[in-house]
Amino acid sequence: MKTSIILQREYSTRVKKKSFVIMTILAPLLMAGFIIGYSYLIMAEETEERLIGIIDDSMIMHESLQNTDAIKFELIDSKGDENIKELYDQSNYHAILFIPENITVSNTVKLFSESQPSQAITSHIKTSIENYLEDQRLIQEGISRDLISSLKVRLNLDSIKWGSDGSVSVNTTSTAMIVGYLGGFLIYFFIFLYGVQVMRGIIEEKTNRIVEVIISSVKPFQLMMGKIIGIALVGLTQFIAWVVLIAGFSFIGLTYFSPSHDAAELAPAPVTQDIMASNPAGEAIEAAGMNMTDPDMIQMIMNELGNINFVTVLLLFLFFFIGGYLLYASLFASIGAAVDSETDTQQFMMPVTLPLVLGIMVMINAIQNPDGNIAFWFSMIPFTSPIVMMVRIPFGVPVWELSLSMALLILTFIITTWLASKIYRTGILMYGKKVSYKELWKWIKYSR
Amino acid sequence: MNILDAEGVYKTFGADHLVLNNIHLSIPEGSVFGLLGPNGAGKTTFIRIINQITAPDEGQVYFRREPLSPGHIERIGYLPEERGLYKKMKVGEQALYLARLKGLSRHDALKRLKHWFVKLGIEEWWGKKVEELSKGMQQKIQFVITVLHEPSLLIFDEPFSGFDPINANMLKREILELKEKGSTIIFSTHNMSSVEELCDHIALINDSELILKGSMEQIRKDFRSHSYELEFTGNYNKMEATLSSDYQIENSFQKEDKQYITVKLLHNLTTNQLIQQLLPLGNLTGFKEVIPSMNDIFIHAVENHTKAV
Repeated sequence: MKTSIILQREYSTRVKKKSFVIMTILAPLLMAGFIIGYSYLIMAEETEERLIGIIDDSMIMHESLQNTDAIKFELIDSKGDENIKELYDQSNYHAILFIPENITVSNTVKLFSESQPSQAITSHIKTSIENYLEDQRLIQEGISRDLISSLKVRLNLDSIKWGSDGSVSVNTTSTAMIVGYLGGFLIYFFIFLYGVQVMRGIIEEKTNRIVEVIISSVKPFQLMMGKIIGIALVGLTQFIAWVVLIAGFSFIGLTYFSPSHDAAELAPAPVTQDIMASNPAGEAIEAAGMNMTDPDMIQMIMNELGNINFVTVLLLFLFFFIGGYLLYASLFASIGAAVDSETDTQQFMMPVTLPLVLGIMVMINAIQNPDGNIAFWFSMIPFTSPIVMMVRIPFGVPVWELSLSMALLILTFIITTWLASKIYRTGILMYGKKVSYKELWKWIKYSR
Repeated sequence: MNILDAEGVYKTFGADHLVLNNIHLSIPEGSVFGLLGPNGAGKTTFIRIINQITAPDEGQVYFRREPLSPGHIERIGYLPEERGLYKKMKVGEQALYLARLKGLSRHDALKRLKHWFVKLGIEEWWGKKVEELSKGMQQKIQFVITVLHEPSLLIFDEPFSGFDPINANMLKREILELKEKGSTIIFSTHNMSSVEELCDHIALINDSELILKGSMEQIRKDFRSHSYELEFTGNYNKMEATLSSDYQIENSFQKEDKQYITVKLLHNLTTNQLIQQLLPLGNLTGFKEVIPSMNDIFIHAVENHTKAV
């Protein structure tokens, strides 16, 4: 009963804070803005027409260069590369391409420009000339292009997995990777963000000297749990708000700015991969060898997403989020109780943050090999299991492993909460004392 | 009837640090009880035991003859020495929160808070953040929160620290008014003048042991030195000669034509015998017992105890 009064205060003061409201609205807005802005930029880039001048000493090569929506070619009536600079200055060419006479031997062309031509332009020129030269050589050898095309093989690999109940699921790793990575990373992020808030809240109560007033009305354990649970609810609120808002903003934005897969189709492959590599999930996508430009691929991802049981993943996410949070929040709570100010927290923060960071490192490994030894053991150890298990879940985890991991997590957070409550009730009444690990051990042993 | 009885309370921190050693103590219902002692004597630990913040290792504390239990918390009001408020929270909201933690319903808490805020003339603070208030103002809020649930036992740990004389006076008035209404007040302080003004019972703890307890009247009696201050005009030399055998002259000085003498009675002599001896020698214009101040008693008791240990 009294715990719920505390819980209400912890929840409402935090949710009403300006920083919370701003963070909750701004983060999805930025995310959606990024998605929309990115699609929009690609489209804008691609619709701007570029005129490229060609000086063709080989006389024939320019025929291989076809105009596209964005790139137009124009043959310049000139020879040699000596006076290109003057030609460029007098004209409105975006760039001038010089094709030497000995192109078939040197395999080299030169592109002159004052600005860096986009990758779309260079790759278009490159592939066009490459194809042309290749065709020429094939013809010389007496092989037709049609023959080559018919010889090319593109392999589709569907990995089919038998569940323990005999069910069959087609699971392609790339999507599972993204879902797993996102889940694991979110758990890490929320544990850290809100665990530290628990610690700060306790330090605040200590430095304000309000804690003794409160624990003359309620038990220290009630105060600690009220705070931990109240802040957990703040975290859940933020998570739900983000999911709803990101979905909402993206939907509105993409409908308004015309559908994104047009943009995706137009986007040149190398650029997409660059952007993806700059965010964490990009690694996973690259590893999966995905090519976002292919419309079939998008269709495939949609199918794969359908293969993952999102209700199960979401429920397990909530379980591991809450379990992991409770475990770490109790540790953060004991740190908060043991110190006088945030500057004193360093020596105790290390052992608490280390397993979390380790979890993230193992996660990167586990994504490549979700059934490997490392992934297995770290998804059992309760200090890393919320993160590592979350990565494995979209790939499918045997029920016994999942149950064991969950049971260990519950058991451990009961133990850490019990230990934390002992440190907490002694620590909150200690002022102006530098506390060592030895001291903490003594507090745990105090009867009451 | 006692509101609180402590029987054989022991408390240690860790293996070797004894904080309270076999404390037997009774606090009469309706009294203002002074809990005195030097810093680190164990007062705050004893108070925390009463508040069930911590439990004794051995011994038992009874609240109106029932062993202390969580149900008693709502009948106790505690103003700790280390006290504070949430800085960013609004005054009214915060008072309401702390009152509800003490078991008051939102409705009751609101009604009583309004009453107290009007009484102390601080209504306009209701919507302010605590950090906007001065320290003295915050102390007033803390006082209101402590007494709001009308507890039968009130505990004030160093209540006057941080108060200016005007607010300290207001606090004394409120404490006496609460006593009038039937509350029992435990009062832990170093401020001996306020003890003399307010308390009718005291206990003195030194170095984890209870070294002195009882009513103020009784303690004063116990600590009387059997010394008397005399104002005398007449033949001082003759008087000195007469008194020297059975009395001890502790102090003597002359001011204008009067002689001021402090005399201590020895051998169970009575004041009447002293006066009889003096009357033939001159004119006795003043006669008064030397009453020890609480300050003297405190210092005397603590020093004796420390020496004995």
